[in-house]
Amino acid sequence: MLLLSALLFCLGLVAVITRRNAIVVLMGVELLFNAANLNFIYFAPADPLHQGRLWALLVMAIAAAEAAVALAIVLRVARLWGTPNLQ
Amino acid sequence: MPTALFYTFAALALTGAAWLVLTPRVLHAALALLLTLVAVAGLMVLWGADVAAVAQLMAYVGGVLVLTLFGIMLSPGGRGGPQSDAVNRLSGWLLGGLAFAGLAAVLRPADFERLPWRAAGAGVPVVAPEGSVVEAGTGLLTTTVLPVEIVSVLLLVALVAAASIATDPVKE
Repeated sequence: MLLLSALLFCLGLVAVITRRNAIVVLMGVELLFNAANLNFIYFAPADPLHQGRLWALLVMAIAAAEAAVALAIVLRVARLWGTPNLQ
Repeated sequence: MPTALFYTFAALALTGAAWLVLTPRVLHAALALLLTLVAVAGLMVLWGADVAAVAQLMAYVGGVLVLTLFGIMLSPGGRGGPQSDAVNRLSGWLLGGLAFAGLAAVLRPADFERLPWRAAGAGVPVVAPEGSVVEAGTGLLTTTVLPVEIVSVLLLVALVAAASIATDPVKE
C-alpha cells in the first residue's frame, strides 16, 4: 500500500515535470494529492479516533479548491497567450 | 479475496497513472485520471475508509474531473483536441525514479506490518467496520471541527476567486 502510494506520487511528479500542457500538470498534482490521501487512509487505524480518514476528506477539499483556482488561471493565461502550454 | 481485490485496484490505479504520464492527448489523460481516481476510491473502501471513498467519488470524479474536462474544452487546441508533448523528459524521469528509489529504500526495511496496530489485525485490507459513518460524522463535528471550518471557508474563497478570475473583464 505504501509502495503503491510512493509509485503514484512519483508518477505524479513525472507528470508535473515532463508534461507541457498546464492542464495535464494539474492532473499530475491531483495524483500527488491522491498518493498523500492513500497514506492518510493507511495510517488511520493507528489512531483510536481514526482521524486520518477525516483528514483525507480535508485534503480532497483543498485539492478541489486548488483545481478550481488553477484552472481559472490557466484559462485566463490560455486566452491571453493563445496556448495553455508551459514554457 | 481482499488481497486479490487490493492488487486489482492497485494495478488499475498504476495503469491510469502511467497512462496519464505517457499519453500525448489531454483528453486521454483526463480519462486515465478517472481510472486512477476510481481505483483509489476502491482502495479506500478496502482499507475501511468508506466515507472517504464516497467523498472521493463525489468530490474528485464528480467535481474536479468535470472541472478539468471543462478546462480542456475551453482551452484552445489543434486538430484532434489539445495535445501535450513532453519536455524535460530526462530530468523528469530521473527525478521521479530517484524519488521512488529513495522512498522504496526507506519503506522496504521499515516493515510497518510489525507495528502494534497492524499486528492486532487492524487494516489488512478489510471492509469498513460497523458504525464507521457514525464515527466519521462524530469526528467531523467534534475533534476536527476547526479544520473543517477552515477548509470550508478556504473552499468558498477559492471558488469565488476562481469565478472572478475566469470571467473576462473585457467583455463586461
